[in-house]
Amino acid sequence: MYELLQHLINGLAAGTIYALVALGYTMVYGVLKLINFAHGDVMMVGVYVGYAVAFLLGRDAASVAGALTVFTVAMLACALIGFAVERFAYRPLREKPRLTALITAIGISFALSYGFQLDLSVTAFGREWTVLPGAASKRFPDIIKAQRWASVGEPAPADPDHPEAGPGGVCLRFGEDEQASGCDDVILWNWQVIGFGIALALMVALQVLVYRTRFGKAMRAVSYDHRVAALLGVPVDRVIALTFMLGSALAACAGILFALKDKTIQPLMGLYVGLKAFIAAVIGGIGNLPGAVVGALLLGLCEEFIVGYTSSSWRDAVAFGFLIVVLLVRPEGLFGRAQAEKV
Amino acid sequence: MRSLAPVAVAIVALALLQWLLRDAEYAVYLMTRVGVWVILAVSLNIVNGMTGQFSIGHAGFMAVGAYSSSLLTIFLDEYRVGFLPAALTDQLFFVLALAVGGVMAGLFGFLVGLPSLRLKGDYLAIVTLGFGEIIRVVLTNLNVIGAGGKTVVEGALGMSSIPPYTSFFSVWFGVFVVVLLAKRLAASSHGRWLLAIREDEVAAEAMGVDTTAYKVRAFVVSSFFAGVAGGLFAHFLRAINPNSFTFVESMQVVVMIVAGGLGSTTGAVVAATVLVLLPEGLRTLFLQLGGADQSLAQKVDQVRMPIYGLLLVVIMLTRPQGIFGSTEAWDWFSRRRAKGGGAKA
Repeated sequence: MYELLQHLINGLAAGTIYALVALGYTMVYGVLKLINFAHGDVMMVGVYVGYAVAFLLGRDAASVAGALTVFTVAMLACALIGFAVERFAYRPLREKPRLTALITAIGISFALSYGFQLDLSVTAFGREWTVLPGAASKRFPDIIKAQRWASVGEPAPADPDHPEAGPGGVCLRFGEDEQASGCDDVILWNWQVIGFGIALALMVALQVLVYRTRFGKAMRAVSYDHRVAALLGVPVDRVIALTFMLGSALAACAGILFALKDKTIQPLMGLYVGLKAFIAAVIGGIGNLPGAVVGALLLGLCEEFIVGYTSSSWRDAVAFGFLIVVLLVRPEGLFGRAQAEKV
Repeated sequence: MRSLAPVAVAIVALALLQWLLRDAEYAVYLMTRVGVWVILAVSLNIVNGMTGQFSIGHAGFMAVGAYSSSLLTIFLDEYRVGFLPAALTDQLFFVLALAVGGVMAGLFGFLVGLPSLRLKGDYLAIVTLGFGEIIRVVLTNLNVIGAGGKTVVEGALGMSSIPPYTSFFSVWFGVFVVVLLAKRLAASSHGRWLLAIREDEVAAEAMGVDTTAYKVRAFVVSSFFAGVAGGLFAHFLRAINPNSFTFVESMQVVVMIVAGGLGSTTGAVVAATVLVLLPEGLRTLFLQLGGADQSLAQKVDQVRMPIYGLLLVVIMLTRPQGIFGSTEAWDWFSRRRAKGGGAKA
């Protein structure tokens, strides 16, 4: 029972992170009909930017202001990268066959994820600056100090601090630090709660943006038919660029939450998180925002349960297996609408 | 008879080459690696280039072929065909193992292709990638205990002490067969249907082409040769593990055919040769230049992957049809014979 609950919490926590990345995929697919293969790798770059900022801030990074700075700078940097990728790689190919853009996207993904595995440092201003981090995984700084937000479990048999809870009872504690002993059958970490909060807030904001603002209306118009939208005065290029920036910023945020969860970062992290987020978007019905969130939560839970009850070496097969089943049974996704092919 | 003549010529020529190269160990090593990649590139080109589908999981089929053929040769190692000398028996078993590896890979290609080829473009790409990864994960969890309690396949450590059957001749005969097949396929009515699917799937379907059936067939042929290449690769390296067949290997093949020109067998051969020899050449060059300092030579390996990525982007932006477009080396001869009379395929 405790185990099930713990897996449920972990699965949902992982799912929210996938959801933030999946939203970027789904938005870009919505306006461009392109699978932005490099999305996960843009996320990875954002995480490294966050890492650099946290490193420069030093001990200040663990404060609320510090954590906010890390998130903001990483999101801004990612928005810029997203803009650059769209402007220089995808825009020139927009009227070309879709395969061309897909190959380009794969190329960018490769260049980023393997480019970051190189070691490169430059000496300037009297010290050495790391330009490319190298393949070794790095420990992400604790910008949010890990704490047990809540924990449930059976108390340790002889617990002198809590004599009131005898063996066999259930204890529930709040706000203990990482090393606390006993009462640890189910732990809800503070970063899980914070991640959940951030993800939820961003999703609501996105929903409002897409369905309640002029920009959102323009986005939906471009998604429906970008040529007609252009005829009606929608600045298509600007809308697509902004969509890319928005998606990339969400990915940066997700990436840092992911780094807080896993504690370590490495250049290939983007490849797998990106693929899984894409799978989540497809499961929900690509182009559909709530669908992406539901798909991501489902995928997070599925992965956690299979890893929890079998072996962690199966983790990467779960998502792909799930994808194949969904595509076979319902290729338009859970919430997507099947589209007739136009000739 | 005419159709068999090239085969006879090839066998003699390759046997002669093998004999000439008998002392040049390094050259044989390089040429063997080139050959394996050429087989992979030409076979993937049948799906990605001729049929216009986009598979990025070729390494998965290579893995199936490598594992199943190695299992067979290790199993058959104890047996002999009575009246034949040992070396000949080995080669006979090797051919059998390669065929089995190819058929197994083809079977997987069928299993993957049948459902997923109903999907279009990007989705298909992701599904093939997914299957490649699933195969790798399954192999990571695979343990096979052979007769007498000997561990033959050991999860993430893979297989070792595979008999070294691969020779210059066998690899390049494989290359010859796959190139010949690709050439004749492109000229056959079957190949024309594949091209029709590439050019416009909806129109092809309207013309009565059973698109799914033809796509699946292209997929099976392609994965069969990937399996053969895997078998050759395994009996050349003598040790394989699931990490020999990752997404990176699949992408390398994709880069080769995209750089060479999707749909051009000549392009696939040339690009595969260059992209295998170039890093090797640079590494050797830096090793000799650097002397004791080997860091530069190691850099070549690291820089290779990001450069492949950039190469894809640059090719797509500047010359999306690749170096050779869809032209073939043999077209040049036939065009000259026809005095430029519209021989362009």
